[in-house]
Amino acid sequence: MSSFANTLLMLTATFIPFAAALVLLFVPKDRSGIIKKGALIGTVLSFVLSIPFFFAYDRTSDAVQWAQSWSWIPSLGVRFSVGMDGISLLLWLLTTFIGPIAILCSWEAITERLKEYYIWLLVLQTAMLGVFITQDMFLFYVFWEVMLVPMYFLIGIWGGPQKLYAAIKLFLYTLAGSVLLLVAVLAIYFLQAKTHGTLDFSLESFQAMAPVIAQQTKTYQTLLALAFFVAFAIKVPMFPFHTWLPDAHVQAPTAGSVILAGILLKMGTYGFVRFLLPIFPTAVKDLMPWFIAMSLIGIIYGALVAMIQKDMKKLVAYSSVSHLGMCMLGIFALNPYGFKGALFQMINHGISTPGLFLAVAVVYDRRHTRMIADFGGLSETMPIYSTIFMIMTMSSIGLPLLNGFIGELIILQGSFQAFPWAAVVATTGIILGAAYMLWMFQRVMFGPISDVNRKMTDLTPREMVVFAPLVIMAVWIGLYPRPLMEIMDRPVAKLVRQVNPDYYLAPSASSDQEKAKREGMQGMVAPGTDENSNLTETSEEK
Amino acid sequence: MTSVILIPLIPLLGFLINGLMGHRLSRGLSQVIACSTIASSFVLSLIWFTRVLASPDHRIDLVVGEWMSVGNLQIPFGFVIDALSSVMLLVITGIGLLIHIYSVGYMHHEKGTARYFAYLNLFVFFMTLLVMSSSLPFLFVGWEGVGLCSYLLIGYYFETEEAPQAGLKAFLYNRVGDVGVLIGMMTLFLIFGTLTIGDLLQQVSQLRPETHFGLITFATLMLFIGCTGKSAQIPLYLWLPDAMAGPTPVSALIHAATMVTSGIYLICRLAPLFVLTPITLHLIAWIGVATALFAATMALFQRDIKKVLAYSTVSQLGFMFLGLGVTGFSAGFFHVFTHAWFKALLFLGAGSVIVALHHEQDLFKMGGLREKLPITFYTMLIGALCLMGFPGTSGFASKDEILYLTYLHSPTLWGFGVLAAICTAFYTARLMVLVFAGKPRDLKIFDHAHESPKWITIPLILLSLGALLAVMFGWPESFGGHNTIAVWLHSAITYGQTAEQEAHTLIPTLAWTLALISTVLSLLSAGIAWKLYSKGLSWEEGFERKCSRTYQILREKYFVDQGVMALIINPFFFLGKVFWKLGDVIIIDGIGVNLPGALTRVMGDLGSHLQTGRVRNYTLLSVLGLLGLLMLLLVARI
Repeated sequence: MSSFANTLLMLTATFIPFAAALVLLFVPKDRSGIIKKGALIGTVLSFVLSIPFFFAYDRTSDAVQWAQSWSWIPSLGVRFSVGMDGISLLLWLLTTFIGPIAILCSWEAITERLKEYYIWLLVLQTAMLGVFITQDMFLFYVFWEVMLVPMYFLIGIWGGPQKLYAAIKLFLYTLAGSVLLLVAVLAIYFLQAKTHGTLDFSLESFQAMAPVIAQQTKTYQTLLALAFFVAFAIKVPMFPFHTWLPDAHVQAPTAGSVILAGILLKMGTYGFVRFLLPIFPTAVKDLMPWFIAMSLIGIIYGALVAMIQKDMKKLVAYSSVSHLGMCMLGIFALNPYGFKGALFQMINHGISTPGLFLAVAVVYDRRHTRMIADFGGLSETMPIYSTIFMIMTMSSIGLPLLNGFIGELIILQGSFQAFPWAAVVATTGIILGAAYMLWMFQRVMFGPISDVNRKMTDLTPREMVVFAPLVIMAVWIGLYPRPLMEIMDRPVAKLVRQVNPDYYLAPSASSDQEKAKREGMQGMVAPGTDENSNLTETSEEK
Repeated sequence: MTSVILIPLIPLLGFLINGLMGHRLSRGLSQVIACSTIASSFVLSLIWFTRVLASPDHRIDLVVGEWMSVGNLQIPFGFVIDALSSVMLLVITGIGLLIHIYSVGYMHHEKGTARYFAYLNLFVFFMTLLVMSSSLPFLFVGWEGVGLCSYLLIGYYFETEEAPQAGLKAFLYNRVGDVGVLIGMMTLFLIFGTLTIGDLLQQVSQLRPETHFGLITFATLMLFIGCTGKSAQIPLYLWLPDAMAGPTPVSALIHAATMVTSGIYLICRLAPLFVLTPITLHLIAWIGVATALFAATMALFQRDIKKVLAYSTVSQLGFMFLGLGVTGFSAGFFHVFTHAWFKALLFLGAGSVIVALHHEQDLFKMGGLREKLPITFYTMLIGALCLMGFPGTSGFASKDEILYLTYLHSPTLWGFGVLAAICTAFYTARLMVLVFAGKPRDLKIFDHAHESPKWITIPLILLSLGALLAVMFGWPESFGGHNTIAVWLHSAITYGQTAEQEAHTLIPTLAWTLALISTVLSLLSAGIAWKLYSKGLSWEEGFERKCSRTYQILREKYFVDQGVMALIINPFFFLGKVFWKLGDVIIIDGIGVNLPGALTRVMGDLGSHLQTGRVRNYTLLSVLGLLGLLMLLLVARI
C-alpha cells in the first residue's frame, strides 16, 4: 500500500467514531439497542483498523511516519498535517484500545439520555485520537479543545450528585490552561514570523524555533515555557493543579473515569514530551529543580492523601496523582531511560487504572455505594472478581511480571542517573502505593462478610469481557515488553537529542568505557555512554 | 538443556490449573496435581544437581530469551545452575514436596483447598525463579513474587480479621526492603553497567584497590536492607511473627525453610561484592547477632507454640547473617541448609500438635502429650536437639562453625552469639517440656488428642531423617571434618574471583574449646528450663509476679510494634489527613479555586443589582459618572 493510502487508513481509524456519532444522530432515541451496538461497532472498528499500524511502524526510523499535509487556512499558514511517531503511535493505540471498553462498561449503567451519551463518547474518542496524530499546532489546539466539550457533558449530565461542580471545575481548570497555551503558541508563531518571515503552525517549525527562543530574554522564555507548563501540568495533573481530578473522577460515570484515567491524563504528559521539552529545552533546564520538586511532592502527596480516602474512586483518583508524578519524574530525567520509562508507565497506567475504576464500578453497580467501609469479605462470594481486582491492584503497584513493574524500574533507573536523591525519595511512592492499594483491597475483599454483601453476585459475562483485554495486556506487557520498547527506541533517542543534546556528548565512545573498565579506574560509567554505544550497535545491525 | 526451565514452569502449570479450574476439580485431583508438579520439579532438581556436580566448573548458564532491553540495561530470561542454586533448588522442591504432602493431611478439614495449593505451587514457582535467575532484575521477579505468595498465604483465612492484616503487614515490610534492593540494583548498574550477576562479579574481580568504594558500599547496604526485609532482621523483622496467622505448613515452608532465607542467598550470590565492603559486612554481623539475641529473648515467654518458633526463626536467621558478616559465607549457607530441615520439622510437628488438639496453640493448655503423640514427639525431639545445638546434630555443626568464625573475627560478637544460643536452648526446652512432658493442664483438650494421620507423620519422619543426615554434608573442617558442602559451594561463592577469599584459619583446639563452652552453657540452660517447667507453670507464674515488668517487656516484644505504629505509621496517616484537609480542601480548593469562584459570583450578584431595567436609574448613573469624570479631570488639571 502506498503511504498515502496508509495515511487515509489512519485518518479513517481516527474519524470512524465521529462518523458513527453522525450516523447515530439519525437513529431514534428509543432504539437503545441499535445505538449501543452502533457505538460499539464504531469503536471496535477503529481499534481493528489501528492494529496494523503497530506492525507497520518502521522501528528503524525516528521520522514521523504516514505523514501527510493538506493546506487548510493558507492565509495563516495553517495546514491539516497528520502523522505519527512511536510515541504518539503507542498512545493512539492505547486510545483505540480503551474506546470499546468505555462503551461496554456503560452498557447497562447508562439508561437516561442514552443517545446523547454515546454520541458524546464517540466524539470524545475521535478528538482524543486526533490529538495524537496531528503535526500542526493549530490543529492540535482544535482537537485539544474539542476534547473538553464531550467530557464536560459526560460528567455534567451523567455524573454523580455533585456533577455540575465537578464538570465546571474540570472545564475551567482545563480552559485556563488552554488559554495560556494559546497565548504562548501565538507568541511563538509571531516570533517565528518576525525572525523567519514565515507563517507556519507546523509542529516541526515550532520545534525548530527552540534555538531562536533560547536567544530571547530569560523572562520571556520562562513566561512562555510556564504557559505551556501550566496547560499541561493541569492535564497531567501535577501538584498543585490536581484538585479537579478527584472531583471529576468521583462524579464522572464509569466510562468517564476510564477515559479520564486512561487517556486524558496522558494528554498532559504527551504535551510535555511533544511540545514543552523540545520547544523550550533551555528554559526547562532552568526550571528543572521546581519541576522535580513538584513531581516528588505529587508522588508522595498523592499517595498519602490516597491512603486516607474512604471512597474507593477517590482513592484510585489520588493514586493517579502519585503515579503520574512518577511519570513526570521520568520525563524530567531527560535521558532515554527516563523517557522510555515514563512512556511505558503512561501506557501501564492507561491499563491498570481503568481496570481499577471498572473494578470499583462492579461493586458500585451492585450496591450503589463506593465507600470502603460498606464492604468486606467479598472474596467469599465473588472469587472471579476478587482475582481480577487483585491482578489490577498488583499491576498498579508494580509487581514484577505485570506491566507496572517495568515502567517503574526504568523510570527509577533514568531518574537515578539524573538525580539520585530525587529517585530515592520517589521510591517512597512505591512503598506507599502498595500500602494504600492493598489496604483498600483488604478492607473490601477480606475480613468477615455482612449479609448485604453476601447477596452480591460475581462478574457477569459482559463484565468479564470488559476486564479480559485489560488483564491480558497487563500480563503480556509484563512478560514481553520488548515490542513496545522497540517502537519507542528511535523517537526517544531523537527526543533526547533535541532536549538534552549533552547526554550523547558526555565523555563518550564505548571504547573509553571499556578502557576505563579494563584499567579498573573508578567504576563509574559516565552517563550516556552506554546508550550511545547501544545506538551505534543497533545502527550497524540494520 | 532446556529442561531446567521446567523446574519453575511445572509448578506454574500446577498453579494455573488449580487457580483457574480448581473449583471444578475434585479435591483429590487438585491435591494430586499440586503434589505431582512439585515432585516433578524435585526430580528435575535432582537430575540437574548431579549434572552440575559432574560439570567441570560446577556451573551451567542458560539464556532462553530476552525479557527487556533498554539501552545498556539488558535483562534476559537467564538461568544459572551452580552449587548455590542447585542446593537451594533441592531444599525448595524437596522440603516443598514434603510440605505439600503434609498439607493434604493438614488441610483435610478446610473447604476448597484448590486455592491453597495453587498459591503453594505459585510460591514454588517464584522461589525457584529467585534462586535460578542469572540477573538481578530477574531475581527481583522471584523476590517480589514470593512476597506476593507469602501475602496471599498468610491471609489465606481471609474471612478472619487478623490474617489479612498480617498478610498486609508482611507485604509492606517486605516492600520497604524491596525498595532497598531496587536502589541497590540501580547503583550497581551505575557502577558496573550491567545487572547480570556473572558479568558483574567478573568485573568485581578486576577492580583495582584504588577503586572508589563508596558507591559499592552504598549499593551493598541497600541490598542488605532488602535482605533484612525478606529475611526478617532488625529493623524489618516485625512481620514474621504475625505471619503465623497463615496455615502451619505455610509457616514451615515459606517462613522457616525457604523464602526467609533468600536474603542469605542473595548475599552469598553476590559474596565477592560484599567482601569488598567491610563496612557492610560489619553491619551485617552486628545486625545478625543483635537479631539473634533479641529475637531469642522474645521467644522465651511466648505462649503461642507457633510464635515461639517464629521468633526462633528470626533468631536463627540472625545467626546466618552473623556467619555472612564474618565472611563465613558457606557456613552461613550451611546453616540455611540445616535450619531448613529442622525448623520445617519443628513447624510441622507443631502443626501436628495443633491438629491433634483441634487448633489449640496455647502452650499453657498443653502438657503430657508424649504418650498421645509419640511420632510427633520423637520427630520434634530431633528437631529440638538440632535447634539447641546438641553435639553431633546438624544444628551443632552449622551453628558452632558460625560461632567459631565469629570468634576469629571478634570475641565480643562471639559472646553475644553464645548468649543467643543459651536463650535458644532455654526456649526450645521450655517448648518441648510444656507440650510433651508433665501433666496435662487442660484435660478436655488432652482427652480428645490423637496422633495425626499418615499424611502428616510420614513427612515428619522424613524431615527428621533429613535433619539428622544433613550434618554429613558439612561437618566443619575446624572440627576435623571434610565439609563437603563448603568445598562444593566454594566455586559459586568465589565466582569469577582470582584471589582466594574464604581462607579461614583452622585452629581445631580453639574450635573445640569454643564449641565446648557454648554447648555446655546451652545444655545447662536447657537443663534448667527442663527442671523449671517439668513441674508445670508455677515457675513462670512466679517469675511473672516477681519481675512483672521484665516479663511484660519480653512478652510484648519490647513494645516495638506499638512504637512503629506510633512513630511511623500514625504520622503517615496524620500527614495524609493534613495534606488532604488542609492542602487540598482548604488551601488549594478553598482559597485557590472556590474563593475566586465565589468572589466572581458575589461581584456578579452585586453588579446585577445595577441592572434594574428602569430608565431613571440608568440616567442617574450616567449623570453621576459624568460628574465623576469631570471631577477627575479638574483634579488632574490642578
